[in-house]
Amino acid sequence: MSGNRRAYFKRTLLNTCLCLAFFVTVNYMIGARILNRYYTNILNLVLIYVVAAVSLNLTCGYLGQLPLGHAGFMSLGGYTAAIITTRFSIPDIGPIPGQAVLFFLATVAGGIVAMIAGVLIGLPALRLKGDYLAIITLAFGEIIRVLVQNIKITGGAMGMGGIGKYTNFSWGFFWTVMVVAFTFLLVNSRHGRAIKSVREDEIAAESVGINLTYYKIVAFAGAAFFAGVSGSLFAHHICYLEPGNFGYNMSIEMLVMVVLGGLGSISGSIIAATVLTIVPEVLQTFATWKMIIYSLLLVVVMIFKPSGLMGDFELSAARLVRKIFRRKEDVPQLPENYTEGEETDEQET
Amino acid sequence: MNLINHLINGIHVGSIYALVALGYNMVYGIVKLINFAHGDIIMAGAYVAFFALDAGMPTVVAVAASVVFCVVLGVVIEKVAYRPLRKSAKISLLITAIGISLLLENTAQKLFSATPRLFPKIIEGGFYVGDRQISMTTIVTIAVSALLMAGLTVFVKTTNAGKAMRAVSEDTEAAQLMGINVDRTISMTFAIGSGLAAIAAVLYCCSYPQVYPTMGALFGIKAFVAAVLGGIGSIPGAVVGGLMIGIAEALTKGYLSSMWADAIVFSFLIITLLLKPSGILGRKVVEKV
Repeated sequence: MSGNRRAYFKRTLLNTCLCLAFFVTVNYMIGARILNRYYTNILNLVLIYVVAAVSLNLTCGYLGQLPLGHAGFMSLGGYTAAIITTRFSIPDIGPIPGQAVLFFLATVAGGIVAMIAGVLIGLPALRLKGDYLAIITLAFGEIIRVLVQNIKITGGAMGMGGIGKYTNFSWGFFWTVMVVAFTFLLVNSRHGRAIKSVREDEIAAESVGINLTYYKIVAFAGAAFFAGVSGSLFAHHICYLEPGNFGYNMSIEMLVMVVLGGLGSISGSIIAATVLTIVPEVLQTFATWKMIIYSLLLVVVMIFKPSGLMGDFELSAARLVRKIFRRKEDVPQLPENYTEGEETDEQET
Repeated sequence: MNLINHLINGIHVGSIYALVALGYNMVYGIVKLINFAHGDIIMAGAYVAFFALDAGMPTVVAVAASVVFCVVLGVVIEKVAYRPLRKSAKISLLITAIGISLLLENTAQKLFSATPRLFPKIIEGGFYVGDRQISMTTIVTIAVSALLMAGLTVFVKTTNAGKAMRAVSEDTEAAQLMGINVDRTISMTFAIGSGLAAIAAVLYCCSYPQVYPTMGALFGIKAFVAAVLGGIGSIPGAVVGGLMIGIAEALTKGYLSSMWADAIVFSFLIITLLLKPSGILGRKVVEKV
């Protein structure tokens, strides 16, 4: 047992160091203008999509349900946070800038509002079998769009401007680490195994005493929270919100990222979100064909590799190190199905 | 006074919804799949009818062309995209269906651009009942839908092919053991559903004369809500659900605001799922292990 714990500690240490190294390097590059504004903007957008895609993977990949209203949750989070940051301000507390505190609190509030909506919408939908969830979340996304268009506080169809550009690399990275750590720790815990068992076979899971509704709601609420967070980051990235921002297409884009990356692979989602955000930005011709290519990809991947390109394979820095040094006596063998490695593939961002 | 007008409008739109909901219901009944592409088949049918009419063909030919095109499209989609996945996890099938739906929408956008095109008026006139005007479009829509639904019911209830469809939807494997060609039956279901969608497309365009690539998306989803409301897998259910959604929408548009109509329709869905998940006329299915 102690060996296992040591391996775990080492792994955590390694991943934390890699994370910090990545963070410091990129921050230096931004500071030294090696990455110009344009690239920094794309990088932030990548991180926003990573947060959304990883959270969607929780319901889609691990829970095995298909929600189509992820953009609805992002919309809720985005508008909530934007309303808070545009109406309130917090004075600086010593060295801590009040605006950063406000942004953090607003983002958390956005996440919580999305989470509450997730639980409310999930309660009726998740009691039912599979495909109703897809359609009810889709309906939910549309209801949110209609609401946002018709109430005053969101600016209606005109949209909502004057949102501060608070999203920067540090915030994006912070929330990315949060969502990755949360998802990784959750799916590898006892609760996570319960969630995965729901995906494999609902009836079998229920018959060994797993409370289906409870675990579905847990996964759903967690995903909704981070979708809300990503919405808040998005709102404070583009600084202007309109109801059309978070449409059905946005939900589908998230879905494509998760499906391509691999249903049940956090690193897969990160890579897919990164590639699918950068490629349309860089190749303008691709951008015009984007949706056709996405839809073809969805169909082709589903026919030939239904679990997505990476399946549930995870990149792992610890495994890489072990392979390089081949010090088997040092590292106790982990069980086969023990997935590991979390933030390691951030290096590819 | 107004109420009756709204009700007539509701029945008018509702019968189109019912036609589309039938397509959803039959496909769902037989392969247990929400055919997301169904709405976009409507769009394809509308475009075909539009171009046919634009080329100066008579209405009947245009409608026939649209039906044939949609039938072929539906069968091809089933063969190419859904059949290879019939045995795999449901989530893969759903994702494929969404992929196909997006593919149709975006291909249409590339081919015909997003600009709406004006559908020509093919049904003219109207008459007065008392001092209330009823347009010919309404009469034709309701009559055609009623006829098709009656025909479909007879078909499913009495013909061998219809019995095969019911058998496959009840128990695919047992049906296969009884010598029913399952693949052919499923193809036929898609064909009928798509054919109905084509007719629904023409009827829809008679009352909302605009053809554009995403016209089927929201319309399709609302028809699906009608299918769920009425009871998925049940033919009379689709009719009841379609009419209810149509009337609810017409009343919302009449008394509240057209902005809220979509939200009301979708709230219907959520309320139905909360209170009676199997729908108004649906059977409760107990899953056996």
